[in-house]
Amino acid sequence: MHAKRERRTAYAMLLPLLFVLLSLIAYPLYSSISLSLTDHRVGSTSTKFIGLQNYAELIQWSLFHDALVNSLLYVVFALTLKTILGLTLAMVIESLGKPKFIFRALILLPWVLPDAISALSWRWIFDPSYSVLNWILNRFGIESISWLGDVGWARFAIITVNIWRGVPFFALIFSAGLVTIPNELYEAADVDGARGYTKFLKITIPHMIPPFNTLLLFSMTRTVAEFNIVRVLTGGGPFNKTHLLGTLAYHIGLSGAQLGKGAAVSLFLFPVLLIATIFSIRSILKERGF
Amino acid sequence: MGYKFRKRVRGRIVSYILLFAFLLFLLFPIYWMIITSLKQNKELYNFEMNPLLVTQGITLRHYSYLFERTNFMVWMRNSIIICLTVIVFTIVVSSLAAYSLSRLRFKGRWTMALAVFAAYLVPPTLLFIPLYRIVVLLDLPDTILGLIVTYPSFTVPFSTWLLIGYFRNIPSSLEESALVDGATRLQVLWRIVLPVALPGVATVTIFSFTLSWAQFLFPSAFISSSIKKPLAVGVVSELIRGDIFHWGSLMAGASLGIIPVLLIYVFFSRFFIRGIMAGSLKG
Repeated sequence: MHAKRERRTAYAMLLPLLFVLLSLIAYPLYSSISLSLTDHRVGSTSTKFIGLQNYAELIQWSLFHDALVNSLLYVVFALTLKTILGLTLAMVIESLGKPKFIFRALILLPWVLPDAISALSWRWIFDPSYSVLNWILNRFGIESISWLGDVGWARFAIITVNIWRGVPFFALIFSAGLVTIPNELYEAADVDGARGYTKFLKITIPHMIPPFNTLLLFSMTRTVAEFNIVRVLTGGGPFNKTHLLGTLAYHIGLSGAQLGKGAAVSLFLFPVLLIATIFSIRSILKERGF
Repeated sequence: MGYKFRKRVRGRIVSYILLFAFLLFLLFPIYWMIITSLKQNKELYNFEMNPLLVTQGITLRHYSYLFERTNFMVWMRNSIIICLTVIVFTIVVSSLAAYSLSRLRFKGRWTMALAVFAAYLVPPTLLFIPLYRIVVLLDLPDTILGLIVTYPSFTVPFSTWLLIGYFRNIPSSLEESALVDGATRLQVLWRIVLPVALPGVATVTIFSFTLSWAQFLFPSAFISSSIKKPLAVGVVSELIRGDIFHWGSLMAGASLGIIPVLLIYVFFSRFFIRGIMAGSLKG
């Protein structure tokens, strides 16, 4: 009797959440898939089922190839550099004495601020005519670079801004991991006469692995699904060469009004998401006691 | 002794040099935004002058341009309305659900927790096209309400997930006596659990606020008229006309746009840092 009542309460309290999950996540995902099998256009009244035609067209489309390659480059470079720089920054901060808190708070700012707005400042930093970076380069006798006008440099700029936003977060997670390493381990290693890099490899790195695994999966899903930075910084240009899946989906789905095809583009994010979920789910749920 | 000491000093110096380099990289864009917003145009667009400092005197013209010639105040108001509504909705839905998931035993509990976590991983980039269609079907395109009803797609899963972690750490012995006295679960949640989990609720509030304030994709997709835009989209889309960038007022808008987040951060940075450790990741 009691258990039955408790069950009823439990379900009742879950109802609003269930409604949100179904109407804002599950149904849209389903709708995205069915939309991708049609030639639906914004504002059109007649929509035809066309099977996998959208996908077939995408696979042969060079803009789509570029977006896939960009996504791969973006994820690989951004994650690698965020890891290296994040760990370095964490170790620097942990090696300082007292003012740790204020530095932690300061470095976290790029992550806290709205990224579409801070990307605007970056766009000005990379401005074609008045880039402050070019001003500095010129001082050293180096010619100006067309940061956002050249495909290679534009990719570089996008990755730089992603790193700028993400490094603080990586550093904080690593920092939390570093604090948990018992000092005795390093002291014992000192007694054995271990060198700095040996201690780093044998003590620091192994302790960083567990938080790093989760961090990597999370960051991968967010990085591959990036929209704001690319949209504000390059808008996908020059010549639509810096699109990621998200901005390309926007470009053809909304700007180009081909909603069905746009849905097909964004669905290519799904496998990445699925992999991340599958790999992180076990440890995460266990951590929360389920 | 001398060697060790020297080595430690050297380590310290390297640390501080690295720290300085990181701070320069991480804080420069913010400095750049503010300093640009204060420069006069003749200085802004003159490559001969040192751009790193204001040398020709400070001007507030770019700010007055924002207030007098654009819908800046309307965007600000829209953002505030959206954020507050979404926060209240999010807190109600996610605290009810988190309580149920962390305290009560029922069939499907594990599946539900799994669904929350999986939903948390789904990025807005994957949802905006079908959500656009739903917004159109509900006859809500180009309305603030269209944003308010879709933002919970990213605030609710995340907040529920975070609150489960907080509720779990509250010993259930606190509630048991109240339950024996005949209190309902809802009363227990409201009077006992939420007050104790206040840091968790604060963290969820703060993160829901910053996420909603920063949301850029949904309004870019669902909103077309200027007076319906939230701040981030208004600043980015309305101050760039064709190929003309009004950098002074763009940076003025950006500087004002980050102030609410900055203020909250100054007072509650503790919650941000703790929230991140508690698993509120966005990387």
